[in-house]
Amino acid sequence: MSILSQFDVLAIRREFPILQQEVNGKLVAFLDSAASSQKPRQVIDCLEDYYRRYNANVHRGVYKFSEEATFAYERARGKVARFIGATSPRELVFTRNATEAVNLVARAWGDANLRPGDRILLTLMEHHSNIVPWQMLAARVGASLDYLSLDGEGRLALEELDTKLTERTRLVAVAHQSNVLGTINPVAYLAERVHAVDAKLLVDGAQSVPHMPVNVQELGCDFLVFSGHKMCGPTGIGGLWARREILEAMPPFLGGGSMIKVVELDHSTYADVPARFEAGTPAIAEAIALGEAVDFLNRVGMASIRRHEVELLGYALERLAEVTGLTLYGPHTTEQRGAVFSFTLEGVHPHDVAAVLDSEGVAVRAGHHCTQPLHRLLDVPATTRASLYIYNTAEEIDRLVASLEKAKRLFA
Amino acid sequence: MDDIYREQILEHARYPHNFGTLEQPTVSHEEYNPLCGDRVRIDLLIEDGVIADVRFSGKGCAISQASASMLTDEIKGMDVETAKAFSKDDLLTLIGIPLSKNPTRLKCALLSLKALKAGLYGVASVDVDDE
Ligand SMILES: Cc1ncc(COP(=O)(O)O)c(C=O)c1O
Repeated sequence: MSILSQFDVLAIRREFPILQQEVNGKLVAFLDSAASSQKPRQVIDCLEDYYRRYNANVHRGVYKFSEEATFAYERARGKVARFIGATSPRELVFTRNATEAVNLVARAWGDANLRPGDRILLTLMEHHSNIVPWQMLAARVGASLDYLSLDGEGRLALEELDTKLTERTRLVAVAHQSNVLGTINPVAYLAERVHAVDAKLLVDGAQSVPHMPVNVQELGCDFLVFSGHKMCGPTGIGGLWARREILEAMPPFLGGGSMIKVVELDHSTYADVPARFEAGTPAIAEAIALGEAVDFLNRVGMASIRRHEVELLGYALERLAEVTGLTLYGPHTTEQRGAVFSFTLEGVHPHDVAAVLDSEGVAVRAGHHCTQPLHRLLDVPATTRASLYIYNTAEEIDRLVASLEKAKRLFA
Repeated sequence: MDDIYREQILEHARYPHNFGTLEQPTVSHEEYNPLCGDRVRIDLLIEDGVIADVRFSGKGCAISQASASMLTDEIKGMDVETAKAFSKDDLLTLIGIPLSKNPTRLKCALLSLKALKAGLYGVASVDVDDE
């Protein structure tokens, strides 16, 4: 494959200490970034620096450490907000992960805005974290759920919007990119359709924010959720972006310290956004380190990252097509597709595929990837999934393919 | 990996023993592993407190299939009380592969044992300590 222009993947790899490790005597080929990405040195150092130099609670002390921690925490909010195109840091709520962000919207916005008989529209490619909170909301308020189905290539059946997007639809929640199929959904188009019936659009950016330029103004959505650990940041930190006027009208999610103005004996008044949604001591080190991860991604450039992945994507689609007995789910072209490859190998169970790959130092995931409804639609109990990121190479795709051939030989 | 996929395991996975169903089982129980979508169903014919016949069916990885194959061999002809006492460690000794540091694959190996025990105890599910 061609030399990656302006993108020195070997230099990038050197920034990730874990990638220097050997597994089963072979340099690790980490192909499971869709589950969680690896972390560059500067993010790891940032966590340590916080604990060594200025660890203190935020928004509470007037002493030096606390001032410094508060400043760094809020600066990180600004970095992350700018990274996704928010107009103000106030629109960005720190959460534990994408899952908590969806639950926050379902609880705080959903409970206040949905009535019996209202409808919530999802898609059959959603992650469980973008299904279950809506089922729970529907049960609480007496709403019902609809699902957009998919075509044979794993793209949304958009013609169903004519019937499934109704006057009673209050919310549409959709993944920007599928964590199984790699399909990138036409969010801007969906936003137009959704707003035409006066509903709100929540975009699950868990698989897009780490991999491509994402700008909430261009998407036109009302809510965006994402997880830090999939974008070179630590676990335990993620984000919810919401349109300012929606966020300001939302009642609190969890109650406790930091989210209040005045606490009386029988009631309280609540803080302004975003503090209203950040009850308790937050993940301070993690938030600051997520800001550092954003610096790292910006330095490489999100457009370059996307170009690198599209190049690898094209190569991987070619190579995987050569493996006889392999069924790849999702689009077979690079158009509106991310570098995620879920497949089955005839005669070998996905777990066994993953175990053989592990013996070759190739790390992939096997299972239903938190998408049981999608796997039911695909009519397979499980798939094996390889997913790529900033640090992956064409050589690792070659190793993946060679290991698949080994699995076939072993189980023949 | 080479520790796990011993020839014996691969043989049992390719040509599982006691695979199928019984026409009139005394007990039949299916266990499901939500992690990977695998299913194992065990049918038992119990006569005079003894497991007179056994079949298993379902779909799964080599480890879960081989484990079910070996377990059903082992319990055929066993009295019910002994089978009820058959433990996780007994099963791991039987299949002879090291899984103690492999929690995910351990769940695969124990699926058939869970089905057997839940069937024998007549309960919806049992905890066989697969953490
Ligand atoms: C598309 C998608 N949505 C949501 C999530 C949930 O992310 P988290 O578990 O970090 O909340 C994931 C990751 O597993 C995902 O891939």
